[in-house]
Amino acid sequence: MNNQILKTAFQVFFLLLVITIQAQDEDVKRLEYFNDLATEYFDQDDDRVHIINFWATWCAPCIKELPYIDAITEKYPDDVKVTLVSLDFPRQVQKRLIPFLEKNQLKSEVVLLEDGKVNDWIDKVDPSWSGAIPATVVWYKGKKQFYEKEFHSIAEVEGIIETIKNRP
Amino acid sequence: MKKLFFAMTMLLAIGATAAIPVTDGPGYKVGDTATDFSLKATDGNTVTLSEVEATNGYIVVFTCNSCPYSVMYEDRIISLAAKAAEMGFALVAINPNDPEVKPEDSFDAMMVRSKEKAFNFPYLFDEGQKVYPAYGATKTPHVYVMDKEMTVQYIGAIDDNARDAAAVQAQYVVGAMKAISKGSKPEPAMTKAIGCSIKTKA
Repeated sequence: MNNQILKTAFQVFFLLLVITIQAQDEDVKRLEYFNDLATEYFDQDDDRVHIINFWATWCAPCIKELPYIDAITEKYPDDVKVTLVSLDFPRQVQKRLIPFLEKNQLKSEVVLLEDGKVNDWIDKVDPSWSGAIPATVVWYKGKKQFYEKEFHSIAEVEGIIETIKNRP
Repeated sequence: MKKLFFAMTMLLAIGATAAIPVTDGPGYKVGDTATDFSLKATDGNTVTLSEVEATNGYIVVFTCNSCPYSVMYEDRIISLAAKAAEMGFALVAINPNDPEVKPEDSFDAMMVRSKEKAFNFPYLFDEGQKVYPAYGATKTPHVYVMDKEMTVQYIGAIDDNARDAAAVQAQYVVGAMKAISKGSKPEPAMTKAIGCSIKTKA
C-alpha cells in the first residue's frame, strides 16, 4: 500500500518534472552566426517583401515600434515576411526575452542572433548602419533598403514596403 | 477613397525614402579635426576639452546612465580612464541624451551615478545636444580618439566584446592610444558595435 503511494507520488513528480522541462524548453530560435541569418532571412528567392528588424528587450524605442512592425505579419501574411532579430544578451534570454515573448505573443517570427562578433557583421547588414538599434533592413527581389530609425505607425512601415516595391 | 489611400501611401513612401541615412553622414571621419567644446561636468565645473591636461591626445566617450550597453562598459571606462592617464591621454565622457525623453539621463541622475561609481573622469552633459551631432555620434557608447592636434584618429567601440569583458580579444581604444603615442595610425581606425540610439525629441 505504502509502496503504491510512493510509486504514484514518484510518477506525479516525474510528470511535473517533464512538464517543467518542456515549459523551460519554450525557447526562441537561436542563430549562432550572422551568416545563418543572412542566408535564411535576407534576400530570398520568392515574391515576398522581407522585413528584418533588429531589436532587444532592453531597447526602449525598439519595444515602442515593435507592435507596428509585428502588425504587418497579420495584415499581409502572404506578401510580407517579418523577422524580429533579438540582440538580447545571452544571459538575459531566459530572464527577459522568453517572458517578453510569452507575454506579448508576437505574430512574427522571432530569432535570437548570438553572434557577438558585431564589428564583423554590422557592415554586412548595411555599411551605413552605425550599430544603434532599432534598425530595420528590407529585402525584395534582390533590392535592399536600410533604416536606422524608429517607426511610429503601421502606415510608416507600410510606407517602406511600398518604397521597395516601387523602386526600380 | 482608394486613390486617396494610394496618394497617401506614395507620400509616405517618399517621406520614408528621404529619411534613409546616407553613408557619408554628418560628423567626423578619421582624419578630420575635432572642434573644441565646453560642457558642464557633474562636479559642477565646466570642462573645456583643450584645457584638459594631455600630452598625447584625447578620448571622448559618448555614454549615458540608461543604456544597458553603456552600463556594461562603465567599469571598463573607469579602467580605460586610468590607463589613458598613464599613457598621456585625457578621457572625458559625455551624456548626449535629452533627459526630457530619458529622465534617467538627467544631470541630477548623472551626478548620482558618477558619485556611486566614483568616476575618475569628467562626466559631461551635452546640454542642448550640440556636441554629439558635431562629432556624428549615433549611439551610446560611441568613442572618439584624437591626437594632440585634435585630429580624429579612431572612431568606434572600446573593445570587441561588449557582453563579456573577460572574453575581449581586441582592445581597440588602448590600441589606438599606443599607435598615436608612437606617431602611427591606429589599426583598425574604425569599428562598429551595437548600442542604444541617442535619445532626442522626434
